[in-house]
Amino acid sequence: MLTKRIIPCLDVKDGRTVKGVNFVNLRDAGDPVELAAAYAQNGADELVFLDISASEEKRKTLADMVYRVAEQINIPFTVGGGIASVEDVDILLKNGADKVSINSAAVKNPDLINQLAAKFGSQCIVVAIDAKQINGQWKVHLVGGKVPTEIDLFDWAKEVAQRGAGEILFTSMDHDGTKNGFANEALSKISTQVNIPLIASGGAGKISHFVDTFVSGKADAALAASIFHFKEIEINALKKALHSQQIPIRL
Amino acid sequence: MKTVIIDYGAGNIQSIQFAFARLDVTAVLSSDVHEIAVADRVIFPGVGEASSAMSKLKDSGLDTLIPTLKQPVLGICLGMQLMCNQTEEGNIQGLGVFDVNVKRFTSAVKVPQMGWNALNQMQGSFFKGVPNNAYVYLVHSYYAPLCNQTVAQTQYEIPYSAALQKDNFMGVQFHPEKSGTVGAQLLTNFLNQS
Repeated sequence: MLTKRIIPCLDVKDGRTVKGVNFVNLRDAGDPVELAAAYAQNGADELVFLDISASEEKRKTLADMVYRVAEQINIPFTVGGGIASVEDVDILLKNGADKVSINSAAVKNPDLINQLAAKFGSQCIVVAIDAKQINGQWKVHLVGGKVPTEIDLFDWAKEVAQRGAGEILFTSMDHDGTKNGFANEALSKISTQVNIPLIASGGAGKISHFVDTFVSGKADAALAASIFHFKEIEINALKKALHSQQIPIRL
Repeated sequence: MKTVIIDYGAGNIQSIQFAFARLDVTAVLSSDVHEIAVADRVIFPGVGEASSAMSKLKDSGLDTLIPTLKQPVLGICLGMQLMCNQTEEGNIQGLGVFDVNVKRFTSAVKVPQMGWNALNQMQGSFFKGVPNNAYVYLVHSYYAPLCNQTVAQTQYEIPYSAALQKDNFMGVQFHPEKSGTVGAQLLTNFLNQS
């Protein structure tokens, strides 16, 4: 049976992991390779690297990091953050990324999704969608959730799937950072309307939130950052707990 | 022993090369028919779309070479699918190594299947040391149904072929290079096949 995936998200800047990461056993907590290996060891099913650097050297630094991660890590990983062209994607995949995630660039130029799917295959194209509710309506937001658009979340989710996205990573800006649980109502609606895998993101605070997002949110995978980095929840323990609640999980 | 990964411009071959490097094996990338023909082990990778991958194979003459190889050959993901008779993806003829036609999952399930799924009904030395229900990583929209050459199964919508074998040819739908320690064990077993 296909299992639900648990995905830690690592923010990287200039090839280094950022956010205070609380892994006492690491020699260098800023080294993406070491951190990725620790997560793979601890049962992570996949990893997401989100590049937040803005430097001129960004592209090369990120490609180098991807190469070093791919060299050492034997589970799949996705790379996102500022990816805007076929050429950006080509470099990352050639260096060993399994998937790339695009966000604002897809909203600005939806045809990019078609181009990427045609050239590289849908299986490696993740479309990340940030959204929050405005007057009760879910609206897509850009630039890490800062800039609202008029685009309806559910319409956009359907459109990206039709254009060839292989997966959707949906982050609710209303839930992100609250630790009060995922946006399960919206997730469930997307998952029912769109026939590609869906990753839930934003709001994880405790184990029951993961159960809820897999059961009521109908998510195929769940992503979180700080609760894993600060060891508020250990991935191994989380997966055992999910397994004991009859959620299909790889142990 | 020389291990060659067929490089025909279709797929994440870097990850496969790294997976062998982690086993202390240098796998060489090659599109050269002669170099591939004399290698001791051949890896036939592939991701992306079937008809464009098949045209690339034809352009380099690899479509006629691959079915004639005598050494152990491992097709991975789309590589395995192209070794079948035919595929619904682009409705193209395959290399005909495996006597089965590749089909698309229906919309009763999410397509592509993406993630970790369990292997069972495993047969043969390729699976030595791999326990029943071991998890492997898969990403695919098309699958090979069960057939006489099925040597491992996975369940998604229906039970289907996770691995196919005919003589020296092995094909796997999953990605051993991304399947953690189980994947590493399978690649080691492949290198140890006689």
